Amino acid sequence: MNRSRELLPWDRALQPPAFTPGYKTSVLRSPRQALLSLHNSLSEVTGPVFGPDDLGPLDNDLILNHAQTGEPIGERIIVHGRVLDENARPVPHTLVEFWQANAGGRYRHKKDTYIAPIDPNFGGCGRCLTDENGSYFFRTVKPGPYPWRNHINSWRPAHIHFSVFGSGFVQRLVTQMYFEGDPLIPICPIVQTIPDKDAIDRLIAPLDLNASIPMDMLAYQFDIVLRGSRSTPFENRLEGN
Amino acid sequence: MPQTLDALKQTAAQTAGPFVHIGLAPRAAGFDIFEKNFSPVLVDERTEGERITIEGRVFDGAGTPIRDVLVEIWQANAAGRYAHPADRQAKDLDPHFRGWGRAAADFETGLWRFETIKPGSCIGRQGRPMAPHVNVWFVARGINIGLNTRMYFEDEAEANAADPVLNLIETPARRKTLLARRETRGTETVYLFDIRVQGEDETVFLDV
Ligand SMILES: [Fe+2]
Repeated sequence: MNRSRELLPWDRALQPPAFTPGYKTSVLRSPRQALLSLHNSLSEVTGPVFGPDDLGPLDNDLILNHAQTGEPIGERIIVHGRVLDENARPVPHTLVEFWQANAGGRYRHKKDTYIAPIDPNFGGCGRCLTDENGSYFFRTVKPGPYPWRNHINSWRPAHIHFSVFGSGFVQRLVTQMYFEGDPLIPICPIVQTIPDKDAIDRLIAPLDLNASIPMDMLAYQFDIVLRGSRSTPFENRLEGN
Repeated sequence: MPQTLDALKQTAAQTAGPFVHIGLAPRAAGFDIFEKNFSPVLVDERTEGERITIEGRVFDGAGTPIRDVLVEIWQANAAGRYAHPADRQAKDLDPHFRGWGRAAADFETGLWRFETIKPGSCIGRQGRPMAPHVNVWFVARGINIGLNTRMYFEDEAEANAADPVLNLIETPARRKTLLARRETRGTETVYLFDIRVQGEDETVFLDV
């Protein structure tokens, strides 16, 4: 079970490269030298372990976790899915964190100056641990699209940001989830940093009527796949016998 | 057509964006929401080991500090063991040390800092010991996929000279980009570790 295994590398054919001039901020924030490729050691295949004690009871309920005078404005939704690895194995008990704008597209952040108002009842962040099957879920309101400074009249599609750990520190993934049917997705320079059309499609969560609650909220499903481990057992060499 | 391998495709990364703090460090974004918050302090009074502060900034290709950067570190304990089931070295775990921390840079200065302990040396591939080091990962607006590097300690010259990873870096000048400089401030031991994402003295980043 705890046998150390090497992790499969990043799939560079579908991961965004660092330098993507269409997303202008990446120009000065991308390395120019080649990265140093490293076989995994203990430093890469290990990573932080989190437990229920790290979280509070409302952490996965964005409808209630910042409610002051009432509930937030917006379309009530459930977001749920599984965290798996490339070997299709569930990633259990891993920390998933998420953050988003409110229904009007405004972030509760001291650096966000968009004219859409802050919702006094919406914080916009949450987190949970996957269960033993790798499943997670949270309640929120659907975020709105918002303008940003890239080219003139650039708008982000509605999205939820995700951060996931996995078991080894180099599986760490930060990504964004989009919503089925949003016409802003194909024209977003950040989406377009991904060189593979299917990889983009896999960031788009479909409506999941079966998981919705009648007369209450719709549901969207978003599965996340982390780097898997090499299926050849790595024979303890990580510890160096 | 041959049979297909039943592997899944990994999820593509996307930038953490300028508002990463909302999700990962809400107090830095300007509000308090969680009862329990992750922090840049990895130690409590019971943690074993030499107390150190790690401090630095991340610079872009124009030499400007990236002030929205969010940095995480992952390290072994003072004995050189990681608090993870895959590390089965015959060394003691420290129940008061998880080995992980998260820091948001100051929005004015770009400075981030961690309070931790100096890690011990742990075993590397083929039994070669690795010099004490701290694994560093960071994200920011404009960074499409998180960047990984390692911080080594300048005052561990002998261990560094034998380190299997430092020795993969052919140019000595580039190797130096992974060495943190030691500074004493009163009773505090500080290791300064500036990261340059691009340009002159670009930090060595790892494809791990
Ligand atoms: Fe966003």
